[in-house]
Amino acid sequence: MTALTKYLRWDTAVGILLIAVFLAGSGTTEGFANTDNLSAALGDVSEIALIALPMTLLVVAGQVDLSVASMLGLSSALAGSLWQAGFAFELIVPLCLLAGAVGGLLNGWLVTRVGLPSLAVTIGTLTLYRGLASVILGDEAVADFPETYARYAAYTETVPGTFVPYPVALFAVLAVGTAIALHCTGFGRSLFAIGAQEDAAWFAGIRVKRLKLVLFVVSGLVASFAGIVYTLRYGSARADNGLGLELVVIASVLLGGVDFDGGKGTLGGAVAGVLLIGLLTNLLTLNDISNEIQVIVTGLLLVASVLTPRLIAVLAERRHRRKAAEESVPVSAAI
Amino acid sequence: MTTTLDKPTPETGAEEGRSARSLVDAVFRAREIAIGGALALLVLGTWIANPGFLDDQGIKDLLLNSSILVLLAVGQSVVVITRNIDLSVGSVVGLTAFACGHFVSGTDHSAPTVVLLGIALGTVCGLVSGALVSFGRVPALVVTLGMLYIIQGIDHAWAHGEQINAVNVPDGVLALGSGSVLGIPYLPLISAAVLAATGYFLRTYRSGRELYAIGSSPDAARLAGIPVRRRILAAYAFSGAIAGFAGALWLARFGTVVADAANGWELTVVSAVVVGGVAITGGTGSVWGAALGALLLTTIGSALVVLKVDSFWQQAITGVLLLAAITTDRVLQVRTTSALRKRSRR
Repeated sequence: MTALTKYLRWDTAVGILLIAVFLAGSGTTEGFANTDNLSAALGDVSEIALIALPMTLLVVAGQVDLSVASMLGLSSALAGSLWQAGFAFELIVPLCLLAGAVGGLLNGWLVTRVGLPSLAVTIGTLTLYRGLASVILGDEAVADFPETYARYAAYTETVPGTFVPYPVALFAVLAVGTAIALHCTGFGRSLFAIGAQEDAAWFAGIRVKRLKLVLFVVSGLVASFAGIVYTLRYGSARADNGLGLELVVIASVLLGGVDFDGGKGTLGGAVAGVLLIGLLTNLLTLNDISNEIQVIVTGLLLVASVLTPRLIAVLAERRHRRKAAEESVPVSAAI
Repeated sequence: MTTTLDKPTPETGAEEGRSARSLVDAVFRAREIAIGGALALLVLGTWIANPGFLDDQGIKDLLLNSSILVLLAVGQSVVVITRNIDLSVGSVVGLTAFACGHFVSGTDHSAPTVVLLGIALGTVCGLVSGALVSFGRVPALVVTLGMLYIIQGIDHAWAHGEQINAVNVPDGVLALGSGSVLGIPYLPLISAAVLAATGYFLRTYRSGRELYAIGSSPDAARLAGIPVRRRILAAYAFSGAIAGFAGALWLARFGTVVADAANGWELTVVSAVVVGGVAITGGTGSVWGAALGALLLTTIGSALVVLKVDSFWQQAITGVLLLAAITTDRVLQVRTTSALRKRSRR
């Protein structure tokens, strides 16, 4: 029982599932395990993957940011309107990032200084940022972005010598950095402490409010960067870009075994969750399985990801109790 | 333990408790009055700018447009009061609207049959979510997010690009959406009835009060002997039933239903509930507030149209309003707490 619960944690299970899906896909589906398709599959989840990194940190700290997809849209709309106004692209990127940081700061300020629950705050800013995006760009679509930049965002152009698209390469670097920060530093331990018991963390001398503020700012920043990637990848800046993506990001992170109540989870699990959804979507698409079924699969995986660990724990407890009862019988008989 | 509970409360303590309670009551009343005031101000302002806003048709539109959202907000607030959330409502509305439409297409089924079917289907969805949350003891957000995807997927797979057309829907069903008594359409009357019944239940019945107790502190509620799991299951079943009902009404109102009807509504409904002063952390708020919140959100939309404000502004304004509402709520809460503390120190 201990061996089972020790090694078969949900995040490792998702990793194994990921490998299984990959192997099954390579074995059964033609055109799945080639570099073109894999880079397309990876490229398709690049924004989700990028945003999932700060989201993991937030959820570990017991917070959530529902405004990320709206921030992606806002950043996209901002990029579009600035480009229309004749700004240089080199200037647009920092401006969008600034907007993301300010948006994140607003979230963080409302959560830490005013003391509001992050779920309520970010539902509010979800609406606000999406609204600002449509105020800025209306229902226009700006499309004529410079080819040089678009090439880097799309998965057609890969890092020389590999099949890895640039956003994915960037994601890989960031993921390793985030994993180290979360699992090997005092900063990461502080986040787990905050997620497990915020008051206790505060009494232990952790600067809870400042850390949370930083997380929200980073989340806004990454979401706005993802907005630029999204805009270039699809070659179109629209106010409704990435509509509803926040739920997919959160679903991926939770699928990877990060506990929504905070204090538990691994970055590896979250990344595996993102990749699993990406790979599965790709595989199902290649097999002509409809979008609807893909949505159902995502939902089932999500429900399974919270139920299975719970079920394993209950079963383990029951077995433990039965064993304890069996052991106690001979003793009482002897007496 | 029991002896301390049996001890009669000292006279002074009871009095203090009463005055503290009246203070809390006053604040909550102020909360609903504030939303009502904002609503009245908005309606008045729009009416002055454009008298057409409040003519017969204008009022009718306003009521019709808000009634489904009000209904959903009532169901959602019952769940939110228990410190849970139901993100699957939008997809349940879509599924039941389509299912009901599919069921009645080309037949002459009566309105009550369709409504019952909708409620039954919604209740089943709610029971599944509720069972997973209460007996699986897993976070509500994750489960209902999963259910959102599952139900949406089933709905889309079933509909498969097909749509229900008003011409195939029997007149008896459509009459439910367009008919009226004494000039008031059925839909707002239905919403008002459900609202009143739920509000009365939450305020008066023991099991209603227990939902608040669960939201305030699940552990304390369990220790106090409240059947927490059963109550939460019931709250989800209720929310699902309401969503199913709303789906049937959706069909009656619009006649034409596509698979992604009410897609993304879950966050609008939660917004309405939060604007209405139901704390997302559970234990406080009323369905009256939630209904006012829903009414306010709908009215903003209509007012912007009447005032010829760019519709692009609507979401931004809604967002600001949402943030303002939850911030006000928090400030009031902090004030009450410090006032109570001061009182008890005296």
